[in-house]
Amino acid sequence: MSISTYNGAAIIAMSGKDCVAIGCDLRLGIQNQTLATDFKKVYKIHDRLYLGLAGLATDALTLNQRFQFKHNMYKLREERNMNPATFAHMVSKTLYEKRFGPYFVEPVIAGIDDDGTPYITGMDSLGAMETSKDFMVAGTAPNSLWGVCESFYRPNLGPEELFETISQCLLSGVDRDALSGWGAVVYVIAKDKSFVKTLKGRMD
Amino acid sequence: MAVSSWRMDVPGLDGKCGQASRAAADLALGQDALLTNAEVTQANFPLPAVQNLDHFGKKVEDLVKPDHGTTTLGFIFKNGVIIAVDSRASQGSYVSSQTVKKVIEINPYLLGTMAGGAADCAFWQRNLGMQCRMFELKNKKRITVCAASKMLANTMYSYKGMGLSMGSMVAGWDPSGPAIYYVDSDGQRTKGTIFSVGSGSLYAYGVLDQGYKWDMDIETAVELGQRAIYHAQFRDAVSGGTCSVYHITQSGWVKLRGNNHYDLHYQYYPDGHATSANSVI
Repeated sequence: MSISTYNGAAIIAMSGKDCVAIGCDLRLGIQNQTLATDFKKVYKIHDRLYLGLAGLATDALTLNQRFQFKHNMYKLREERNMNPATFAHMVSKTLYEKRFGPYFVEPVIAGIDDDGTPYITGMDSLGAMETSKDFMVAGTAPNSLWGVCESFYRPNLGPEELFETISQCLLSGVDRDALSGWGAVVYVIAKDKSFVKTLKGRMD
Repeated sequence: MAVSSWRMDVPGLDGKCGQASRAAADLALGQDALLTNAEVTQANFPLPAVQNLDHFGKKVEDLVKPDHGTTTLGFIFKNGVIIAVDSRASQGSYVSSQTVKKVIEINPYLLGTMAGGAADCAFWQRNLGMQCRMFELKNKKRITVCAASKMLANTMYSYKGMGLSMGSMVAGWDPSGPAIYYVDSDGQRTKGTIFSVGSGSLYAYGVLDQGYKWDMDIETAVELGQRAIYHAQFRDAVSGGTCSVYHITQSGWVKLRGNNHYDLHYQYYPDGHATSANSVI
């Protein structure tokens, strides 16, 4: 039994022209048993920054609380929101602090900075960052997700096209994974228009 | 003889092909010798050259077990037998197929279901089909469900401890009426009225036991079978794809349903399922 596949997850982040999108599946299970189909794995840090946490659900919830706390403290001190890159380094540092007893999560961070420049990064459970200019995936179906993203992704998509691309990738990707799926949710972040949509998926 | 070309393709059937040609000869001579199980199940699989075959078999079982997560069910009621199955095959958490046929149509009056190792099920159920046909040719009458299931159970028993993985239901209608037998790779063979086999069987039993009544009409029974498989597909990560439902009567089996899980879900729950009503966060 692997602890990182105990609950199941699928997360994709993609960057477009002055926009980014991040989406996740909705399943929460214990190994092969599906418990809930409304478990969102993407958390809002602020209007232009979202954090996806795949892996062990209990650790994801704990970490989200820690990051919310840290971001609140940052806002009190600095009187502004955190930059996506700054936040990513903070996440990385937080994970490496537990080098010898890690949180079993795989974070994906997606956001745009003040001038609308997209920022996407992924990490392993110890905080090794991998910044990408196109897309990043995490979860129990990485092979399927990488595969569909590699073939469907095009650079410089607008928010609507980006939404369509990430949605199709997510839905097709999870269909080949038994531990993720059961619906999905996608967040598109752009300077002037951001939106969220819940996707109908196969429920098996 | 025509069978010799097939023997090369399917070395596992060597013993039976020899038997087949002999049976044909017997029939031509008008002899009515019954096939004995000992003869039928002689298959020439090369054995691995190891000291401890039992130990090796166990290790190989873990290694090559592409255990297709499965839900299958069968029950007898007033108007016949219902068999319902899912269609997913998986290797670990990877979904390798959504369109597996898990019901084998042995003859117009006999069905077999597959759960466990995909290859073991497919091969031995096909083999059972052949044995049943041979019986028919020799004895000039259809095989009973009892006898067919026993042939499969004997085959399984002859390979006991060698790592086969199979959980099957043999269901059908014979002169004694409807029957279902559960047969598995341990050699167990049990007669019964309600069975469910596979990783999703517990979910299916839940629905089945709740809704089962002897006096059901056919439509209700088909719907019950489909509903039980649907819920198993929903809860069990390694069951899914489509739900097929078969009905067996005195005049043989008919396939009545074959519905995609996606369509079933939004038909049963157009306004969302309970698992998305209790917000976790």
